[in-house]
Amino acid sequence: MNSIEKHVDEIRKDFPILSLKDFVYLDNAATSQKPVQVIEKMNLIYKTLNANVHRGIYKIAEDITEEYEQSRKEISSFINASENEIVFTRNTTDSINLVAYSLLQKLKKGDKVVTTFLEHHSNLLPWRKISEIAGLKLELVKVTPEGLIDEEDYEKKVQDAKVVAFTHVSNVAGTIVEAKQLVKKAKESGALVLIDGAQAAPHLKVDVRELGTDFYAFSGHKMLGPTGIGILYGRKDLLEDLEPPFTGGEMVKEVHKEGQSWNDIPWKFEPGTPNYVGSIGLAEAIKYIKKIGIDEIDHYEKKLAAYLLEAVENIKGLRYVGPKKDRAALVAFETKGIHPHDVAAFLDMKGIAVRSGWHCAQPLQEELGFLNGTTRASLYFYNTFSEIDKLKTALEELVKIT
Amino acid sequence: MSYFFYENIMDHYKNPRNKGKLDSYDSEYGDSNPTCGDNVKIYLKVEGNKIEKISFEGSGCALSMASSSILTEMVKGATLDDALNISEKEIMNELGIKELGPNRIKCVALPVKVLKMAILSFKAKQLQNERKPRL
Repeated sequence: MNSIEKHVDEIRKDFPILSLKDFVYLDNAATSQKPVQVIEKMNLIYKTLNANVHRGIYKIAEDITEEYEQSRKEISSFINASENEIVFTRNTTDSINLVAYSLLQKLKKGDKVVTTFLEHHSNLLPWRKISEIAGLKLELVKVTPEGLIDEEDYEKKVQDAKVVAFTHVSNVAGTIVEAKQLVKKAKESGALVLIDGAQAAPHLKVDVRELGTDFYAFSGHKMLGPTGIGILYGRKDLLEDLEPPFTGGEMVKEVHKEGQSWNDIPWKFEPGTPNYVGSIGLAEAIKYIKKIGIDEIDHYEKKLAAYLLEAVENIKGLRYVGPKKDRAALVAFETKGIHPHDVAAFLDMKGIAVRSGWHCAQPLQEELGFLNGTTRASLYFYNTFSEIDKLKTALEELVKIT
Repeated sequence: MSYFFYENIMDHYKNPRNKGKLDSYDSEYGDSNPTCGDNVKIYLKVEGNKIEKISFEGSGCALSMASSSILTEMVKGATLDDALNISEKEIMNELGIKELGPNRIKCVALPVKVLKMAILSFKAKQLQNERKPRL
């Protein structure tokens, strides 16, 4: 395990886009940049090994199938799951929808689904949608003014819940949720649990067994992988028990004039030709992360997080979302009298890329009183302390001229 | 260069013209940009076929607020039909902006759309009144 702090300049050389002039990329919660290893791997597959998987009995088709299934193994070991518990999807949103629509067939009118105010829209709307379809009762757990899940309210609400869904790390407040404890409490009331890991899996050690969760969803593109590939971890017995909500090719064993039999898990949840090049690209990204070490990434990012918060909290008229400590390496803030889009446009002029607006978490920002949205700077392990200094200098200048 | 340094924009943003609600008006319309939360509402007082008075309320980025402000100055006294034909480009010219990316053009387009809807809803009301049987 190498210290990132010492080697960050070398690491950055693996990311071609980071060498662009005047490009300080602080929008990693939206998507991460890709190392040359991932880009080249996908290039190589398209150039030398492209054939549809699980079908042909010629050499290339067999080789690509093996490579594809090997990628599932790489990803499963990253979160301590079994291979057949890894379902390939398009992204986190797709993973959550897949669970929601699979569970729809098990839930009855009046059953309670619980999610929280901390969520990205994608961990709220699928549940709202199936609640409307099946007449379920959807409740949202409150957050504290600091952007933490209100534990008392959580305990009360999950008591008679059938499904509980919450985020592992908030994409706006930067809160790192005590996921293991929340799972435990939900399990005590017999609920099924889904964790939205989109902002967690790229940054900290995820062990699905240790967490005890039933489902865990995350995206490839936020962790050095390509777009269009997502992961759903589902506990084996649950995946076996659930009916696939979407059907078609690949996910079926036999189809007759009447009747059919579904494929084994995980394939029965993967209808149609899969994004196998995306899966292989993601596996390559995970190899890269494993090489750096996820704990080392976590360690370095904690330092960045503290430095980032300190940089922004001392700027006049600035108010940030989320807790004071134990934060992920991102901060969303509003600047008194300056609209977030104007802040982002100003920073863009300085070559700094940030996000502004609702960050797909409008209920959270409204609940916490950030009524015009916020500007968000979000980091990854290739970011540096000096990039945070640049952000700080630019923000100080902005506040001065407005 | 960022629009932040266009004096005209910052002037209209910091000292908006015709801001607030008219005491009496013939038409009002409001809308928002869902992605960024800019919102604009326009009030119209019509005399004959001309805009006699116009005002706006709203909140949002400097670009959307400056566009709203300058738009009210541009169409005050104009005929309804002329005002209906105003474009984002004309507002950009008036503000002195040459180019805007696709995401930012929406900030200029919002007040234009709101003005058009305010005029159209006034016209619709007028038509309805004309069609009413006179007893």
